[in-house]
Amino acid sequence: MGNLISLEALKAPVSSEEMKKAMDSGGCSSGSCGSSEGKDELPQEIWDKVKNHPCYSEEAHHYFARMHVAVAPACNIQCHYCNRKYDCSNESRPGVVSEKLTPDQALRKVLAVASEVPQMSVLGIAGPGDSCYDWRKTKATFDLVAAQIPDIKLCLSTNGLALPEHVDEIQHMNIDHVTMTINMVDPEIGAKIYPWVFYKNKRWTGLEAAKILHDRQMMGLEMLAERKILVKVNSVMIPGVNDQHLVEVNKVVKQKGAFLHNIMPLISDPAHGTHYGLTGQRGPRAMELKALQDKLSEGTKLMRHCRQCRADAVGLLGEDRGQEFTMNHVPDDVSYNPEKREAYIEVVARERGEHVAAKQAVEEKMAGFGAVESVLVAIATKGGGRINQHFGHAKEFQVYEATPKGIQFIGHRKVEEYCQGGWGEDATLDGVISALEGVDVVLCSKIGDCPKDSLKAAGIRATDDFAHEWIEAGIAAWLSAELGHTPAIGIETAVQASA
Amino acid sequence: MAYKIVASQCTVCGACEFECPNAAISLKNEMYVIDPKKCTECESHFDAPQCAAVCPVANTCVPA
Repeated sequence: MGNLISLEALKAPVSSEEMKKAMDSGGCSSGSCGSSEGKDELPQEIWDKVKNHPCYSEEAHHYFARMHVAVAPACNIQCHYCNRKYDCSNESRPGVVSEKLTPDQALRKVLAVASEVPQMSVLGIAGPGDSCYDWRKTKATFDLVAAQIPDIKLCLSTNGLALPEHVDEIQHMNIDHVTMTINMVDPEIGAKIYPWVFYKNKRWTGLEAAKILHDRQMMGLEMLAERKILVKVNSVMIPGVNDQHLVEVNKVVKQKGAFLHNIMPLISDPAHGTHYGLTGQRGPRAMELKALQDKLSEGTKLMRHCRQCRADAVGLLGEDRGQEFTMNHVPDDVSYNPEKREAYIEVVARERGEHVAAKQAVEEKMAGFGAVESVLVAIATKGGGRINQHFGHAKEFQVYEATPKGIQFIGHRKVEEYCQGGWGEDATLDGVISALEGVDVVLCSKIGDCPKDSLKAAGIRATDDFAHEWIEAGIAAWLSAELGHTPAIGIETAVQASA
Repeated sequence: MAYKIVASQCTVCGACEFECPNAAISLKNEMYVIDPKKCTECESHFDAPQCAAVCPVANTCVPA
């Protein structure tokens, strides 16, 4: 049953009849599990808005996919981490696209994807420039899509400079998710990130530019919060520039009404031709990012599963099926077939009910474990909330932390696939091991002895004993086995004893 | 005088076309081009040429 949710399974022809049949066979009798789905921390009305948005809800991101359409190429600022001349289909980071689309082309692409990828719940306009500055194209695209697929969530991402002029329209168009990139609330620091902004027909530089951007961002944030539009704040963590400062940013945006804060690592490489890339400004290591995120537990709620996807990304988790839907693959006359999406939504509602119940059972079990300090577990998953991927096929690992408070998702680590056509590459394995810095154990659906031994030599345990279990249940089961069902023993002692 | 766009460096973002007060910039063969007959370097309109001010790539929108 769990396999039905992965994108893999859905690539093979699974008709909506088959999906419905699988759903009807036993299990939860209610079509959608109402209150059991509601996240305990959120008021119901907000939970309803975010429960199917893969970026706003960590739980949703196992089931739903987002799609970006690159209709907004013009931008009104320059950031040191961006070079929009760079376009490569193998590269995945914000601002990069393979082809820009007109609103009409975007509509055709959305219809094609919505018919083929039933997990798609959100359409976002994130670039490749700025969605608010290039407003005409953004608005035209959303109008066209909303007319044809009214139940798709509309989402937009902006630097905020031109946002205040469009807030009323945003509200009017029922866009209830807006993401704003706020890297600083102190113009002195802003001057180190933004070489210039274009505002009121003039290019501004230095401190003045940063001050203008900051004021407009705060104004925009307040206006959105006032209208009850959910604001996610994205911040790029730039070591040595704003890493300590982001603690302050988190406090300020919470006070102004932001719903979620997403702290993303700077992506910096001279090959990208960005200013930071060319001047050797490095991005943060995984554990540095985690340390900062851990410091922010009191402030705005954190998002930890951001994929920093391209402005034309399509897909679930880290998967990007964008290349399947480039304009040359989209027929001129596309009609939208809602069947698959409707069936999928019903299937998900049931699966989630089960997944949530499994999570609650795990929480109760964990309460009996006693002294577990902090264990980091890396999971190989294809989606659907289960440990269902081979170690060798993983392009990324989802990392969970088990503490006395329970099991929480804390981030993901991207890796190169270890398995290349049947056998593994040693050099790639070294890369995987360094990407898994800090991780105690890897859970996957299958792993060969060779990588298992290499991981063990590097201090990382790995097992496929919990293949296809729900993620949290698998982690708890592993912990339980490690602890030998004796709650008083700390995790380190148990590990030493069984090593 | 007029401004011109260095085609090999242009990212075709369209910001210049949007900002031009004289409608002097248009898309020709998937590339933006400035009509020198219409370009006034924004003299009567603004302190500085708008296209050059908003262009994201250095040395790409320059005096012809």
